[in-house]
Amino acid sequence: MSERYSRQELFTPIGVKGQERIRNKHVLIIGAGALGTGSAENLVRAGIGSLTIVDRDYVEWSNLQRQQLFCENDAKKRLPKAIAAKNRLKLLNSDVNITSLIADVSVEELEQLIDGVDLIMDATDNFETRMIINDISQKHNIPWIYGACVGSYGISYTIIPRITPCLHCLMEDIPLGGLTCDTAGIISPVVQTVVAYQTVEALKILVEDYEALRNKIVSFDLWKNEHSAIRVAHVKKDSCLSCGTHRTYPYLSYQNRTKTAVFCGRDSVQIRPAVKTDRDLAQLEKILLAQKGEIERNPYLLSFTIGSHRLVVFKDGRAMIHGTNDISVAKSLYHRYLS
Amino acid sequence: MEIVINGEKLEIPIDVATVSELLQHYGLNQKVVIVELNNEILEKGNHQETLLSNGDRVEMVHFVGGG
Ligand SMILES: [Zn+2]
Repeated sequence: MSERYSRQELFTPIGVKGQERIRNKHVLIIGAGALGTGSAENLVRAGIGSLTIVDRDYVEWSNLQRQQLFCENDAKKRLPKAIAAKNRLKLLNSDVNITSLIADVSVEELEQLIDGVDLIMDATDNFETRMIINDISQKHNIPWIYGACVGSYGISYTIIPRITPCLHCLMEDIPLGGLTCDTAGIISPVVQTVVAYQTVEALKILVEDYEALRNKIVSFDLWKNEHSAIRVAHVKKDSCLSCGTHRTYPYLSYQNRTKTAVFCGRDSVQIRPAVKTDRDLAQLEKILLAQKGEIERNPYLLSFTIGSHRLVVFKDGRAMIHGTNDISVAKSLYHRYLS
Repeated sequence: MEIVINGEKLEIPIDVATVSELLQHYGLNQKVVIVELNNEILEKGNHQETLLSNGDRVEMVHFVGGG
């Protein structure tokens, strides 16, 4: 077992001491899609002490092209990504303490998950969640690493509270709902490049080599052979509501948080109940048997196909309505079959 | 006019005179973008009035949400 990290220890900036530090750290990954599975695999192989990975979705065939922890069986069984990821990660390194959670991460979940965490890795697919991560990071003084990609384009930036500008400084006040939905597809080398940019910064933070951090926002287009990096240190705004002198953490105090979300480019809507419930899926299956739809169930979710729609219900009460991106259609299906 | 965009020397069309027009030319005008001109980051409010000149060095990074 002492051989396990020998190549990483031979790398001088890490060394035996750095490896010990990595071993004592806890990383939280938000999202187990393309970026999340990549980061998780890298960090688990690198020997971090603890990893928590959270995701709200389940594995589908269209994920297998780039989401490196999943296999065909996971898609067949529609396993929640958090579960499928944990199963694979445990095989990769049994020394790592891995926690996985099936949940849609919002403020209250993040406040609970953050305890004892040294670093947050962004692997989400939306800015609403990222702005919450950004505020939580500032409030609890925990660094986080932004990463995103679409088509052949990728971007990453490392946020160190009290030192670098935060995402809110850089993006200013953006209308979260107004950001255009990217539907340009994605190719796996771009995912892996973003993951590389994110996890190398993660390793620097975990071994506490802050001098080595990039200090630039980096972006690239692998198909067009373009690369850009901008030093943004002086963009830190004292007036920023997330990291400035009179900070209010606006994304944490937002009271009327949306209960429904349209999944970008996927013809799907998620409905999140106002109060978290522990849904009895076996009971629901019995009720739905009276309908003429098709039912499949695993220990984590129930899938009900009726006409051109598929309703997937999780144990925490969330439902994903596939086959529409119209919130009112989704809501009426939800009320008709699931409430 | 010839300017250096993200490290590459490029000839830009004659009707592109300002930073705003450059963003439009690259289809980035609807995106959240950070623009650096000759090593200085531009305030978003100044994109429209900032004129480009021959030999300028521009770096552009735009935010995307996918993951
Ligand atoms: Zn800020």
